Amino acid sequence: MKKMINKSTVTSFINYGIVIALFAVFQTLSATGNLSRQLTGLLIPICAYVIMALALNLVVGISGELSLGHAGFMSVGAFSGVITAAALQNSVTNDVARFVIAVVVAALIAAIAGLIIGIPVLRLRGDYLAIVTLAFGEIIKNVLTCLYIGVDSKGLHISAVSEEALGLEATGKAIVKGPMGAVGIMKISTFISGIILVLIALFVIQNLINSRTGRAIKAIRDNRIAAEACGLNVVKYKLIAFVTSAAIAGSAGALYAMNYSSITPKKFDFNTSILVLVFVVLGGIGNLTGSIIAAIVLVALPELLREFSDYRMLVYAVVLILVMIISNNQKTRAFIGKIFGVFKKKKEGEDN
Amino acid sequence: MANKEEVKLVSVPSPNLIPERDVNSSPILEVSHLGIDFGGLTAVEDFNMAIGRTEIGGLIGPNGAGKTTIFNLLTKVYQPTRGTIMLDGLDTANMNTIQVNKAGIARTFQNIRLFDKLTVEENVKIGLHNQMGYSAATGVFRLPKYWKTEKAMHEKALELLSIFNMQDMANFAAGSLPYGAQRRLEIVRALATNPKLLLLDEPAAGMNPSETAELMENIRKIRDEFKIAILLIEHDMNLVMGICEAIAVLNFGKVIAKGTPTQIQNNPAVIEAYLGKQAQEELKKEV
Amino acid sequence: MAFIQNLINGIGLGSVYAIIALGYTMVYGIAKMLNFAHGDIIMIGGYVAFCTYTYLGWPVVAAIVASIIICTLLGITVEFLAYKPLRGATSLAVLITAIGVSYFLQNIALIIWTSNTKSFPNMVSFMPSVSIGDITISGTTIITIFACILIMVGLTTFTSKTKLGKAMRAVSEDRGAAELMGINVNVTISLTFAIGSGLAAIAAILFLSAYPTLIPTTGSMPGIKAFTAAVFGGIGSIPGALIGGILLGVIEILAKAYISTQLSDAIVFAVLIIVLIFKPTGLLGKKIREKV
Repeated sequence: MKKMINKSTVTSFINYGIVIALFAVFQTLSATGNLSRQLTGLLIPICAYVIMALALNLVVGISGELSLGHAGFMSVGAFSGVITAAALQNSVTNDVARFVIAVVVAALIAAIAGLIIGIPVLRLRGDYLAIVTLAFGEIIKNVLTCLYIGVDSKGLHISAVSEEALGLEATGKAIVKGPMGAVGIMKISTFISGIILVLIALFVIQNLINSRTGRAIKAIRDNRIAAEACGLNVVKYKLIAFVTSAAIAGSAGALYAMNYSSITPKKFDFNTSILVLVFVVLGGIGNLTGSIIAAIVLVALPELLREFSDYRMLVYAVVLILVMIISNNQKTRAFIGKIFGVFKKKKEGEDN
Repeated sequence: MANKEEVKLVSVPSPNLIPERDVNSSPILEVSHLGIDFGGLTAVEDFNMAIGRTEIGGLIGPNGAGKTTIFNLLTKVYQPTRGTIMLDGLDTANMNTIQVNKAGIARTFQNIRLFDKLTVEENVKIGLHNQMGYSAATGVFRLPKYWKTEKAMHEKALELLSIFNMQDMANFAAGSLPYGAQRRLEIVRALATNPKLLLLDEPAAGMNPSETAELMENIRKIRDEFKIAILLIEHDMNLVMGICEAIAVLNFGKVIAKGTPTQIQNNPAVIEAYLGKQAQEELKKEV
Repeated sequence: MAFIQNLINGIGLGSVYAIIALGYTMVYGIAKMLNFAHGDIIMIGGYVAFCTYTYLGWPVVAAIVASIIICTLLGITVEFLAYKPLRGATSLAVLITAIGVSYFLQNIALIIWTSNTKSFPNMVSFMPSVSIGDITISGTTIITIFACILIMVGLTTFTSKTKLGKAMRAVSEDRGAAELMGINVNVTISLTFAIGSGLAAIAAILFLSAYPTLIPTTGSMPGIKAFTAAVFGGIGSIPGALIGGILLGVIEILAKAYISTQLSDAIVFAVLIIVLIFKPTGLLGKKIREKV
C-alpha cells in the first residue's frame, strides 16, 4: 500500500509539475517576446482543451463510458459563464472576481446538465450510450441556437423567438443572439487563470480517482456485475464520474468563451466532441499525463502547420489513422514489443 | 436400498431439504418454492432449501441443471418468477443485487469476475467499500478521515488476504494473477463484504488436487473463524463430500435428492442423473 | 391535406435515411463497428455523380452506375486499409480510426473540389410529379420511396435466400463459429462494406436531388441522422433500419412544419433518447441478456 500510494502520488505530482513547468516556459517565452502571435493567442484555448481532455478522460478512461457529446457541456459552461459575467459587469467590477464567479456558475450549471442527461443515459450500455450523448450534444447546440438572452436594469431577459422579443430597456444589451451566439464578451480569461483551472481540474480528478469513490468507479468499469455483487451502487458512481466531468468541462467552456469577443453555439458541435475524444485516445485511455500532452500538441500543431493550409488536416487524418493502426494492430504491436524487448534485455543485461 | 424415502422427495419436496446443523437457531436462509422461467422454459422449479447459520451446504448436479441459476436468483441477478427467499428472517422479494449483498449474501462467479486492472488489495477494498466509508468530497480534499479510513482499509485488506497467504501479492494487478490465486481472491473479496452467507460457484475449478485440498481446509477455516454459512456449487466430488455437511442434488431445474454426503452417495436417483439409467443397472449387476 | 402532404414528404426523406441506415446497420451487424465515415462515402458518391453528369456530360444512368462503382470500391478499400488491420482491437480504437477516415475523405474532397458549394442537378427529373387533389408528390419523392422499397426487398431476399447472404448473417451472429464452419469472414466483411457503400451512392443521388447543396461536409448530417435512425430501429436489424429511417424522416418533416424549423433536429434527437430510455436496444433490437 505504501508503495502504491507513492506511485499514484508520484504520478499526480509529475502532472502538476508538467503543467507548472509548461507555464513557466511559455510565460518566459511570451515575456521575452519569443512566442509567435499565433501561439500566444492559443495559450488559453490550449488550457481549455487540456481541461476538456482531462474531464473526458474521467468518463472514457476511468468510468469506461464513451461520450460523444462532451462539447455540449463545454457549450453550456461557455454560455452560462458569459451570461453570468455580463450580468455582473456592473455589480462586480473586479475582473478576477467576476471570472471566478462566472467559472463557478458555469461549472454548476454544466453539472446540472450532466445530472439531467446522466440519470436516463447511464442506464444504457456501450454504443447506445455513445449515440445518446451525441444526440444530447446536438440538442444543446440546437437549443442554444434558438436562444436570445439580454440584460438590463431589471435583470435577465430570455426569449426563444428574437432579439426584439426580449423587450430590453434602452440601456440594456443583448448578450446571446440566437445563431450569432454570445456577443460583446469581455475578455477576462488570462493564461494564468487558465493554468490555475488546469491545476484545479487535475487536483479534483486525480484525488477522486485515488480515493474510495474512484476505486468504485474503476471497479464498475472493470466488471459491472461483480461490482453489483459487492454491493456497489453502480448508477451512483457512474453519475459521480459523469457529473464531475460535466462540471469540469463547463468550467473549460467558460474559460474558452471569455477569451473571445463572441462565440457561436456551432463552435461546440459534434466535431469538437470528437476532437477532444481524439486527444484522450491518442494520449492513452485513462492516462492523464497523456491527455495533457496530446491536447497541447494537437491544438498547437495544426496552427503551426498553417503554411501547409490545405494539406494539414489531410496529414492530421492520415497520422490519426496510422497511429491507431500501429498502436492497435496485433502484428505491429508484437513488432514494437520486440524492439522494446531488445532494449529491455539490454538494460537487464547491464544491470547484471 | 436404504434411501427409498429420499427418492420419493422428488415429487413431494419438503421445505427443509438440507438438514439443520445448528438445531438451536433459525436458519440463515430459507428458500421455498423458488422458480424461474426464461421465456417458455422453466430453468428452476419448486426449489426448497434451508441453511443453518454456520453450515456448509453443497449444490451439485449435471451441467445445465440450474445450479448457477439458483445463485443468480439468490443474489437477484435474475428476479424469481415464483417463490420466496428469506435471508435471516428478511424477505428479499423487493431487493436488488446490491441490497441483497448489503443484507448479507456474497458470492463468487463460475467464470471469474475480478476487477482486472485494479490491484489485489484494491479488489479486496471494493469488498470493504460499504463497511468503511467516507464521502467523495472527503476523498477529493484529502480530509483527515480519508487518511484514517484508507489506513484501516489497508490493514483490514491485508488481514483478509492473509487467510490465503496472499499478502505478498497485494500490489499485483488482479488480472495478472494465476488462475488459482484469482479464484482465491474472489473468495477474499466476497468475504470482505461481511456476509452472513457466502455463495461459492465452483471454487475448485481449474485447481490441481493439492490446491483443492488446501482450499477445502480454507473453506472450513473461513466458516469456523467468521461463523458464517457457506453454500457451494462444485463438480469435484472429493471436495463436496469432504466438507459439505448437507447436499442438494439438482437435475433439470428440480431437486432430485437431499441429505448428508453418505445419503447422497448411495441415492439411486443421483446415480441415475449422473450416469444414466443403463449405467446404474449395470452398476447394480456388478454389485 | 397539408398534413398528408407533410407525411408523404417525411416518408420521402425517411426513405433516404433508411437507405443510408441500411449501410450503417449492416456494417455494425457484421463488423460491430460504428462506421463514422459512412456519411463521407455519401459525399464522395455525390461528387462522382456530379462530375460525371455535369462536367463529363454522361447520361444519368451512366453517372449513377459510376457513382455506385466508385463508392463500392472506396468502401472495400477503406475497409481493407483502415479497418481490417484493427480486427480484434477495442471498439474505441476502431471508432477513432473511422473518424480519421472521415476527416481524410472530407479533406481529400476539399482539395479536389474546394469548399465552394456545388449545386447538384436533379438527376431523377425524368419522373414527373403526381398531383392528387391538393397533394403534390414530387418525382424525386416517388423515385426515392420506390428505390427504398426495392432495396429492402432485394436485401431481405439476399440475406435470407442466397449463400453469401446467409454467410453474412452467420458472421454477424457469431464470427468465430462462422469461421469454424468454413465461412471466409474477411470476404464476407468486404462484401458488407461493398453493399453498404453502394447503397450510400444511391442515397447520395436521391438525397442531393432533393437537397442540392454539395460541399465536402454534405455527408455529415445525413450520416449522423441515418446512424440515429439505425439505432432508433435497433442497430444490426435490417427492418429496424427501414422503420427507424422512415420514422425519423417523418418526425423531422412534421417537427419542421408544426413546431420549429430550427429545433427540428433537437426534436428528432429527443425522440431518439426517449425511445432508447424505454427500449434500450431500439425498436426492433434484440434484448441482450448478459451471461453471469
